[in-house]
Amino acid sequence: MMSRPALQLILAGTLLSFGGIPLCAQAPETPIDAPTPLSHWPKPVNDSRVFAFVTFDELEGRTNGPDTSFRWDGQGWIGTDFNKLWIKSEGTVTNGITSDGDHEFLYDRPIPHLRYFDWQAGARVDIDSGPTRAWLALGVQGLSRYFFNIEPTFYVRNGGRVAGRLQGYYDLYLTQRLILQPQVEMNFYSQPDRARGIGTGLSDIDGGVRLGYQFSRKFAPYIGYVYSGTVGQTATFSRQSGQPTGAHQFVFGIWLWH
Amino acid sequence: MSVKDEVHMPEADDSLTLTRRHFVRGVAAAGLAALVEGAFNQTGAETIAHSPSILTGNNFDLAIEPHHVDFTGRRVKAIKINGSLPGPTLKWREGDTVTVAVTNHLPEVTSIHWHGIRVPAEMDGVPGLSFAGIAPGRTFVYRIPVVQNGTYWYHSHSGSQEQIGLTGGLVIEPRDKDPIVYDRDYVVLLSDWSDTNPDTLYGNLKKQSDYYNFHKRTAGTFIEDAKSKGLRSTLGDRLKWGRNDMTPADIADVTSATYIYLMNGSPPGANWTALFNPGERVRLRFINGSTMTNFDVRIPGLPMTVVQSDGNCIQPVTVDELRLGVAETYDVIVQPREDKAHTIFAQPESRGSYARGTLAPRMGMTAEIPPTDPYPYRTMADMGMGGMAQMKGVKMTGKSSHEMPGIKSMQMEGNSDNRMPEMKDMDMSGMKEGGISAMSHARTDQPTEPLSDPLAGMTPFPQPGPGTTRLAPLHSQTIARPSETRQGDVPLHIGPEVVMVAKEISPRLHDPGDGLNGNGRRVLTYADLRALYRGVDGRTPTREIILHLTGNMERFIWGFDGRKFSEAEPIHLKLGERVRFVLINDTMMEHPIHLHGLWSELENGGGEFAPYKHTLIVKPAERVTYLVSADTPGLWAFHCHLQYHMEAGMFRTVVVS
Repeated sequence: MMSRPALQLILAGTLLSFGGIPLCAQAPETPIDAPTPLSHWPKPVNDSRVFAFVTFDELEGRTNGPDTSFRWDGQGWIGTDFNKLWIKSEGTVTNGITSDGDHEFLYDRPIPHLRYFDWQAGARVDIDSGPTRAWLALGVQGLSRYFFNIEPTFYVRNGGRVAGRLQGYYDLYLTQRLILQPQVEMNFYSQPDRARGIGTGLSDIDGGVRLGYQFSRKFAPYIGYVYSGTVGQTATFSRQSGQPTGAHQFVFGIWLWH
Repeated sequence: MSVKDEVHMPEADDSLTLTRRHFVRGVAAAGLAALVEGAFNQTGAETIAHSPSILTGNNFDLAIEPHHVDFTGRRVKAIKINGSLPGPTLKWREGDTVTVAVTNHLPEVTSIHWHGIRVPAEMDGVPGLSFAGIAPGRTFVYRIPVVQNGTYWYHSHSGSQEQIGLTGGLVIEPRDKDPIVYDRDYVVLLSDWSDTNPDTLYGNLKKQSDYYNFHKRTAGTFIEDAKSKGLRSTLGDRLKWGRNDMTPADIADVTSATYIYLMNGSPPGANWTALFNPGERVRLRFINGSTMTNFDVRIPGLPMTVVQSDGNCIQPVTVDELRLGVAETYDVIVQPREDKAHTIFAQPESRGSYARGTLAPRMGMTAEIPPTDPYPYRTMADMGMGGMAQMKGVKMTGKSSHEMPGIKSMQMEGNSDNRMPEMKDMDMSGMKEGGISAMSHARTDQPTEPLSDPLAGMTPFPQPGPGTTRLAPLHSQTIARPSETRQGDVPLHIGPEVVMVAKEISPRLHDPGDGLNGNGRRVLTYADLRALYRGVDGRTPTREIILHLTGNMERFIWGFDGRKFSEAEPIHLKLGERVRFVLINDTMMEHPIHLHGLWSELENGGGEFAPYKHTLIVKPAERVTYLVSADTPGLWAFHCHLQYHMEAGMFRTVVVS
């Protein structure tokens, strides 16, 4: 068998003039350097494009007859596969007073060995009709086994105050477009914050079930039932200030996605 | 443009009237027929069927222009070439040197890549690897020595221009007599069309990868399954898939939820029509020019004899149906004998809709359109967890078919009736020249040349043909066996780019693919493909390049060995070396893998008659091996031909130097 270098030289010599178009100026005797793309050429594919995404899981009116409120809970991101700015915002407006106004600005990255989970770190600010609070935030968000979407986040602010929030939902497809979505959100605080009516421990729970129809992925009106209420010390504070400690409400809204 | 006239066609003598071509006439008639048909169709302005025009000669001018089309009642942005979508079919001739002057009238950079054509690297048309691309307002002149023949196609390699029309057929006439005998010749270019802008479409997938999947498992399907299979097994099955956050409904990323499917640019209602006279042999050159759609093609009631794949002649195999992966081509001969119409039916693997045309003796005829098949579902075998019915009892993990004594015969089973040993579709006029048919010539008389013989004029290796010789090592060796490969041997980056590694991989060459098993029809498999002519490079590969096809479907990140293009180094091949590519599909989808510039010789048990391909479907949890002669220097693209998988990172540069 002919030696490989010799074969390559013969191949190279013939190939250099392939099609009558010289491919490089070197003589066939010299080894050919690996060709490289010229610097002003574009990349053949751009696999790190920036996308932007906005979704509202809750954009709804809530009513139990006499009392009505408006509630939003949305999030969005802008970035690449590996680096995203993630923004979350939620709040409830009742009779012109906004409560539970929680807004987060997070840096988001996939967790290498958890295929569907990202970690997120950044800031949370509570801006609503109550006093403003600022927190550092650290959390994870993603799809757990069996298609549960979960989103636990921990918060720290001055004075060693710690808080936590656990959110989760599950999309149960009744048909290809009719979706039943159970959802729950719980908040925890290490220390009371009377000015915001928050006590120690589990402070509030907001959970419900919504039935939506996806006219398209981007637009799905829904109706549902929600219970939202305060718990423990927070409930005590609520009672003291004459607020209800819990409400069963009928909700109607739209899931939006862009 | 110099128009080549018929004198240049390889014409048989007049006594063999059956070999006369009716290419142009047939197409013109199809256009006329469609005009009549289109008048009855109410949706969209583009429902008037037409065939792209055919350009012949040595010098071509292509103008790439922004346009609008209306397939669905909505007027949306498209790209046309010389006013046509798909672009005109180019007809080249082997042995010529053609020039194609491509002028870009778009406001963005464009390019044309000649798919499957062995060109000097700087003519390959990949911006970033071959050249900078064609800037707006500029003209680039491709100069290509045509060293092969067969059916190919061309398309843009810039962004998603392919999705909105920048594709076209490419037919290369053989320099010598065509071994395939036919009376009529039609290009059938299949494509997928969405009114959604490609950037939006890709963005939708990035944000929600199942955006276009409307075949999810639901409460409804759970109840149905529980009724038919029992509650316990249904629940167990759901939990097994759910544990990995996977769904067996993951057939295609983009489906008929947004796509309509076109045949030569005509939607089903326009009924693109190809004419024939009963008894004539009709050559249909199927090209899958779509961006995200594998098509299953059949002509109910008419067996198809497959004679070519990816531009290379194969030993004829008669089947009822074949799957065209994105970018693959298959040439078939059909011989309708009755004076009636036949439907050319191409359904996407994800079903739901179809591309359709008609083979008819006269204009304006239609035949029954079959219903689309049931939506296929993935199995645990696709997930790399075994349990594949046909392979039951055979432990295949990490081994190639060539090592398994039982497999070879298994592959042959069920093919024997498909293969046509008497080769009745081959050109028997070759008999006149020394009384040797093209076929027997190929099988027995192709000389094998020892490696020590002078190689001048042999490189780059020619396309196998009746006149080519096989370059073989002095000690005649059979094709070396792929070594046993386990996943652990490959440096596989496990990160957010990867959701799974197939535990059990197997060659699935004898498997027609998900959705085609047990449908009662003879379906072509890769195991059926045998080259008509002996391969030209008989050397043993000196090394293996093992690549896992990986992805995270939830994040819509795709790549090789767990890395996207931007995270990976090029693959280096030494000029002149012979290597084996080993592809292991760790994902749950088929990936049509395309290597530019060099042939991919599929190791399907065909030995010296291994088929030459430019694009190979790798099925879920499948291990496919093929040989490559790195005989042309340059930078070559290597990628999944699903457009949005490529854009999401399933792309590598192959450097030959």
